[in-house]
Amino acid sequence: MGRMRTIARRTFLVGSAAIVGGVAFGTYLVQRPTENPLEDGLADGAATFNPWVLIDSEKVTLITPHGDKGQGVMSAQAALIAEELDIEFGQFETGFGVPSQAYWNRAFAEEGVPFKATDEGLVAESMRAFVRGITKLMSVQGTGGSTSMADSFDKLREAGAKARETLKKAASELSGVPAEQLKTANGAVILPDGTEMPYTSLAAKAAEVEPVRKVSLRDPSEWRLVGKPMKRLDILGKSTGTLPYGIDIEVEGMVHAAVRVNPRQGGEMVSFDASVAKGMRGVSDVVEITGGVAAIADNTWRAFQAVEAVEIEWGPAPYPAEQDGHWEALAASFGEDNLDSMWRDDGNVDDALAGSSTIEAEYRSPYVAHAPLEPLNAVVRVTDDEIEVWTGHQMPIMLQQNVAGVTGHEPEQVTFHNQFMGGSFGHRLEFEHLKQAVEIANQMRGTPVKLTFTREEDFAHDFPRHIALGRCKGTVENGQITAIDVAIAAPSVITSQMGRAGLSVPGPDAQIAAGAWNNPYRIANFRMCAFRAPELAPVSSWRAVGAPGAGFVFDTFIDELCNAAGADPLEERLRMIDHDASRKVLEAVGEMSDWGSELGPNRGRGVAFIESFGVPTAEVVEVTNTDAGIRIDRVYVACDVGRIIDPVNFENLVQGGVVYGLGHAMNCEITYSDGMAEQSNYHAHEGMRLYQCPEIVVRGLENGSKIRGIGEPPVPPAGPALGNAIFAATGQRLREMPFGKFVDFV
Amino acid sequence: MRLTVNGKEHEVDVEDDMPLLWVLRDELGLTGTKYGCGIAQCGACTVHMDGFAVRSCQVPAASADGTEVVTIEGLGTPETLHAVQEAWVEHQVAQCGYCQSGQIMQAASLLSLNAEPTDDDIDVAMSGNLCRCGTYPRIRAAVKTAAQKLQEA
Repeated sequence: MGRMRTIARRTFLVGSAAIVGGVAFGTYLVQRPTENPLEDGLADGAATFNPWVLIDSEKVTLITPHGDKGQGVMSAQAALIAEELDIEFGQFETGFGVPSQAYWNRAFAEEGVPFKATDEGLVAESMRAFVRGITKLMSVQGTGGSTSMADSFDKLREAGAKARETLKKAASELSGVPAEQLKTANGAVILPDGTEMPYTSLAAKAAEVEPVRKVSLRDPSEWRLVGKPMKRLDILGKSTGTLPYGIDIEVEGMVHAAVRVNPRQGGEMVSFDASVAKGMRGVSDVVEITGGVAAIADNTWRAFQAVEAVEIEWGPAPYPAEQDGHWEALAASFGEDNLDSMWRDDGNVDDALAGSSTIEAEYRSPYVAHAPLEPLNAVVRVTDDEIEVWTGHQMPIMLQQNVAGVTGHEPEQVTFHNQFMGGSFGHRLEFEHLKQAVEIANQMRGTPVKLTFTREEDFAHDFPRHIALGRCKGTVENGQITAIDVAIAAPSVITSQMGRAGLSVPGPDAQIAAGAWNNPYRIANFRMCAFRAPELAPVSSWRAVGAPGAGFVFDTFIDELCNAAGADPLEERLRMIDHDASRKVLEAVGEMSDWGSELGPNRGRGVAFIESFGVPTAEVVEVTNTDAGIRIDRVYVACDVGRIIDPVNFENLVQGGVVYGLGHAMNCEITYSDGMAEQSNYHAHEGMRLYQCPEIVVRGLENGSKIRGIGEPPVPPAGPALGNAIFAATGQRLREMPFGKFVDFV
Repeated sequence: MRLTVNGKEHEVDVEDDMPLLWVLRDELGLTGTKYGCGIAQCGACTVHMDGFAVRSCQVPAASADGTEVVTIEGLGTPETLHAVQEAWVEHQVAQCGYCQSGQIMQAASLLSLNAEPTDDDIDVAMSGNLCRCGTYPRIRAAVKTAAQKLQEA
């Protein structure tokens, strides 16, 4: 304890450079402990036991490094530490932590390998371990891919246990009572005579003793917090308007900025005239940034007005100007040259398709915006030797690198203050708005600049969910599905997204056919090919990434084949499924929805099953075809995350995921015309509103062998389950989202 | 112009057409009221003006001159919650929470006009407030709980 920062940072930089250069690495770098960022500037008498626990004479602070964009992970992470640390909600503070390798996300590797999440064989597990090593060396500190709980579950409980045992050791040395006779509860060590020694009173001593490194974790039967209903730590602040988000940050001497950058994304600004804008009240300047302009004012609205008043001529878009061109590019991508990966090739599909009458269908999944309710924003101050950034973001270390790249500062000179996020859905994985804020602040060094996107700029410069085109063929015989040939073409979201961050990712993109290739169905003749379309409009990870699109293609086609076979859609899925936890979620929604019971006239029920992020999820949607349109009556959803940390938050997130999936399947798409997104605000990209929200009945199962996250998996099945229900109610098969183009919703 | 916000008088020097939202946030530092869309599509900026819920992004400052404005900070505080806020905490409505100031102000306005709203009343009153996280099932339940609390009070 008290050990000063070592050269670990330099060591890891060498390590990551070696990896980028393709040089093999030994286990030493991977297995060596990471530095503890809390040791930086640690006050006298304060103790830090690991990167997650900091105690001084005043308070206990738990570091919850996964960003909180609404998924409640700040509370959940704190609960995991507190479970073993024996401290209660209300007895500690939390912080998001600084960018540090110590907070690398060991669960990102799970999605980075070309194996089904349900494959726990030796090869798949070995590959995951290998990729985990790389992600550690590359310091992939981040929040996404529904990985927070998978990453944190053991790690944070261990952090709590080690801190607890070290505090007991300190108490033992102070009191003379052997550590084995000490207990802990409510943030204190308790002596056999009942005397309580609060952790804060032990901090100074704990900082001197050799920390305890070997601990065993408690049996789940002993848990006080995990698995029980919790009261989220942020709930009071979020119910009283007192919890600040990035957009609420105020730094002394701050000016306000608004930008307009070429809405033909990536295009140039040919010319601009800011003479009117510069004369407007409260406007101090209009400056040029990459691809556009920024207005600087003393108030957000004045900056909005001023930037709107700048006359600008925009250059062309580096992708097809009209939406049709995007679909044509996908349609032209089903050739061998574009084959990204053949995920499945079971039996003999060609023979099977040649032998009998073939069912064919084509599906489209549109571009969709993230549009979190808090528009993108950042406060940035650039000085000669530091850049400070206040915003909510999912990727702290990459943020440092991207921000520093704008000015020539070193990444270590970037101080990042992470904030609560007013939603993200993937939007806050991006760096372009931050780079813009830095470009502005760099032109007025020393002055903090708050950049706030207008909602229109947020839509224009969203990198939406990628489009996907699916072509499916299949055969049925004797009431069963006998052959399926699925081909999905899409641009690579990983290439587009990582490319903006300056990274090149080799190998196939598992997201092109995510939600489809990784299904647990055993079908006699089954081919699944992903085709990589050229880069079109820049795209980004949207909640559940590839699975809402490719999963819609695949599951809807399964439903069509069930219908063609005369098979019950739920029974046939159950017949084909070859994975225990997946079968159980399907059986659960069958039971919950009383599947097979009579619904009455003009009503229909649809089922969908999609596994994403290792979470098998089944949903049944019930609809009524009313005179005014389709009404969504009820949704039943069952999913398996292995272990539920907080049943209250779990239900809320599952319901929210269903609403998100349904709303976008109903009425949301981004289309391009003249190179620009045609949808500029929520009136044109609405999602679901309260009056449309059905009753949503949730059941969480815990049969899975690994702990998983729930932020994304409820989203993908919602669209196909809705489409399948509309077919059941009306006989109309919807093969393109959003469905609102073809049917009305009440 | 003179604004009374949460019972306190303020003299502000702004353009007549500056939306009340930005007067509150940037001139008075009341950031509990949120900017989401600027065109009355999301409801995140909902405040009470003379007792009625309004979208503050659509109210020019000049129209607020001389009125009584209540924001989320004036409805209740963490120590003294309004019944609607109590219900929001009990049901743990919020996910990201960014829309919830507006949702709560809208619900408080509904319940001040209609003590026993039906499901349809709730649908009508609350559907102008967008929640991107999809907390609608909990919003519905919390509005009903808040109605009960106010009846019992």
